[in-house]
Amino acid sequence: MATTVEIPLIQAAGLSKHFPGVVALQDVELSVTKGEAVAVIGENGAGKSTLMKILSGIYQPDSGEIRFNGEPVALTSVNVAQALGISLIHQELNLADNLDVAGNVFLGREPRRMGLLDKPRMRQQTQVILDQLGASFKADTPVSDLSLGQQQLVEIAKALSLDAKLIIMDEPTSSLSTRESEVLFKIIQDLKAAGLSILYISHRLGEVKRIADRLVALRDGRNVGELSRSEISHDSMVRLMVGRDMSQVFAHTPCSPGEEALRVDGLQTRAHPAHRVSFSVRRGEIVGMAGLVGSGRTEVLRALFGAEQALGGEVTVQGKKSVASHPREAIDAGISLVPEDRKALGIFLPESVGWNSSLPGIERHAKAGLLRNAKAEKQDAEQVVSQMRVKTTSLDTKVGTLSGGNQQKVALGKWIVLNPQVLLLDEPTRGVDVGAKREIYQIMEKLAGEGTAILFVSSEMEEVLAMSDRVLVMHEGRLAGELRRSELSEEAVMRLATGS
Amino acid sequence: MKKVLGIGILFLLVYGVTGAMNPNFLQPYNTENLINWTSLYGIISIGAALVIVTGGIDLSIGSVVGLVGTLLPWLLVQQHWSVPLALLACLVLSVVIGLIHGLLITGLRLQPFVVTLCGLLIYRGLARWLTHDETQGFGNAYDGLRKLATGRIELPFAGAYRLPVTLIIVLVIAVLASFFLNKTVPGRHLLALGRNEEAARYSGIRTNRLTILAYVLCSFLAGVGGILFALDVNSVQPAGQGNFYELYAIAAAVLGGCSLRGGEGSIAGVLIGAAVMRVLYNSINVLGLSTQLEFAIIGLVLLLGVTADEALRKFQARRC
Repeated sequence: MATTVEIPLIQAAGLSKHFPGVVALQDVELSVTKGEAVAVIGENGAGKSTLMKILSGIYQPDSGEIRFNGEPVALTSVNVAQALGISLIHQELNLADNLDVAGNVFLGREPRRMGLLDKPRMRQQTQVILDQLGASFKADTPVSDLSLGQQQLVEIAKALSLDAKLIIMDEPTSSLSTRESEVLFKIIQDLKAAGLSILYISHRLGEVKRIADRLVALRDGRNVGELSRSEISHDSMVRLMVGRDMSQVFAHTPCSPGEEALRVDGLQTRAHPAHRVSFSVRRGEIVGMAGLVGSGRTEVLRALFGAEQALGGEVTVQGKKSVASHPREAIDAGISLVPEDRKALGIFLPESVGWNSSLPGIERHAKAGLLRNAKAEKQDAEQVVSQMRVKTTSLDTKVGTLSGGNQQKVALGKWIVLNPQVLLLDEPTRGVDVGAKREIYQIMEKLAGEGTAILFVSSEMEEVLAMSDRVLVMHEGRLAGELRRSELSEEAVMRLATGS
Repeated sequence: MKKVLGIGILFLLVYGVTGAMNPNFLQPYNTENLINWTSLYGIISIGAALVIVTGGIDLSIGSVVGLVGTLLPWLLVQQHWSVPLALLACLVLSVVIGLIHGLLITGLRLQPFVVTLCGLLIYRGLARWLTHDETQGFGNAYDGLRKLATGRIELPFAGAYRLPVTLIIVLVIAVLASFFLNKTVPGRHLLALGRNEEAARYSGIRTNRLTILAYVLCSFLAGVGGILFALDVNSVQPAGQGNFYELYAIAAAVLGGCSLRGGEGSIAGVLIGAAVMRVLYNSINVLGLSTQLEFAIIGLVLLLGVTADEALRKFQARRC
């Protein structure tokens, strides 16, 4: 009798996929065994998403073979993949927030009784899964009442109800708080223990290190290496992804800050009316704002920028009082904001790079504030593209077709033509690959060197630790504390952020 | 630009086919009328386009045309106002109507569809109440004023073909509107706001003021159109004048490449769109088709045009 060699649950070999003008994947191999968590890492555009879409039946490969439990399969549609037991959880969650949890879990395959929805059965079956996951909400809770972390659980519950054997997670923690991420990691452990396999895509190397039994790195659509659990380290991962060393990614040199550029006294936001926030940022200083999601960081930035009306408090920019009630007033006072939600607020996706880059400056160049000066606008746009090193074929390229990193460079770069005194950044490197991250850090560094006061909100601990001259930590709407660079550590930040 | 080309081809097609099937279609008298009506509809269509570009809609255009159209002869003939004063009153009223729409939409965050639907009902009711539903007209008086709409300019070397004054009016308006959208700061801001209102606000654009401006311009142009329509027909029925005109205007704007989602539109396209609508309407008469089919035919062509445009867009999206 032959010894049984364990057959991988899913095994892909020689996968290639071409899009017009682009080779998205070239001879890619990947396998996942039962109960294993495999992480796929790579910069944006490395082919991770294409690979996931092929494995979940959204795309068909041009060539290559996929075996499921040793049998060759053709994943011709999402339904075929789901029937086999492959479920994909998208980065942007796809839940109908007008339905309850059970309604979402059974969306499109609702149990019926005499032709009508069998709600009790839906809820009861959903509740069983939720209990199994240790969820704190119920099957009849409306999805709109759930936090992003809880919504993620709903997606997982949906996968489980489909009897998934392989769950593919695309950047699952990108919008979760640290605490919610912890819950997710725990659930992944439980799923593994129950024999499910996980394929995990993430930019966050810290969590890959915690979760992955094995790691596959892609670069430019090809396999560039694999690390076993014992080989996984921060530096080894970064090297595989970009072929560069860790120290080059984070390159902040502490500055000697100048005079006070921004002073905030007793700022009161609508989200947390009971608390007043006071702090200041000096010229040339990079100040990080840490805290859990929902701790009121974004609201502080929005109030400073006039995107939402502050309930009270005083804001002083370069010695001048300015409480903005519209972003326009903040901009005129010298404050710019790069919002967290790039696609909805930061840039205009269907418009060109030139259009986007020149927008903030068009009024300054206009004759009598009215007649646009096309030449000056073009120079602005060229300045943005060259200074930010935006990778684009021309100024006429639609911003929506650029990679996330380059989109972010435009969202940030469009403000530099105004030479803002104070630059507010909300999650400046969210959904951006390591290469573009480094470039964005360099730009922050350069702007600070030129005297801009920078205040940035970030949920990435490494970023906060690496880039800040000083860190403000928010906890439930109040400023829980301030840490100088010499006092900075992950523990110190977390202690303040969790209020312990 | 490609969209203007597409609608241009559609125009030439309809125009050419009708002309080939009935040579009378190309006669000076018919051509003159066609240009005249295209110009009148063009004016209100440009107004509609300015609102559609912001992602909004104005359903009250036809009722404003009706109200202003009844008010002008009523003020002149029944109330014996002077011509400048009566014209001024009509235009001020149009602007005030637009201002109210804009303020309700931006201040109270009411939906444009609802606000202007109420406007459609209110202005029509006011026009009928004011005149007790009696037909208004200028009679044989005000010939000079009526030349604004009925005037024809003789052209050298054009033989019997004369140029309607309204064409000059609509071209001036079109050039101004096009200049506004493409060459001025508020124009660019208006397009940005139509693309994504929140992103525009986050870029420092005063979106509320611009939205109000768009509705004011739309109602103003509806008022200008209302004056000219009234001067042209000379017999204004308060209950019927301008009925459905908002739909013609919106259809022309959409045919001309404005997306109802906002952020897109070219004034040249809108004018050709208005021309297509008028030529279609005219061809039904000239070709002896049943006029009862008028709406059905216009609706079908509109549907075809929009479908072809969407198909073309999908095709292009797949290529790049």
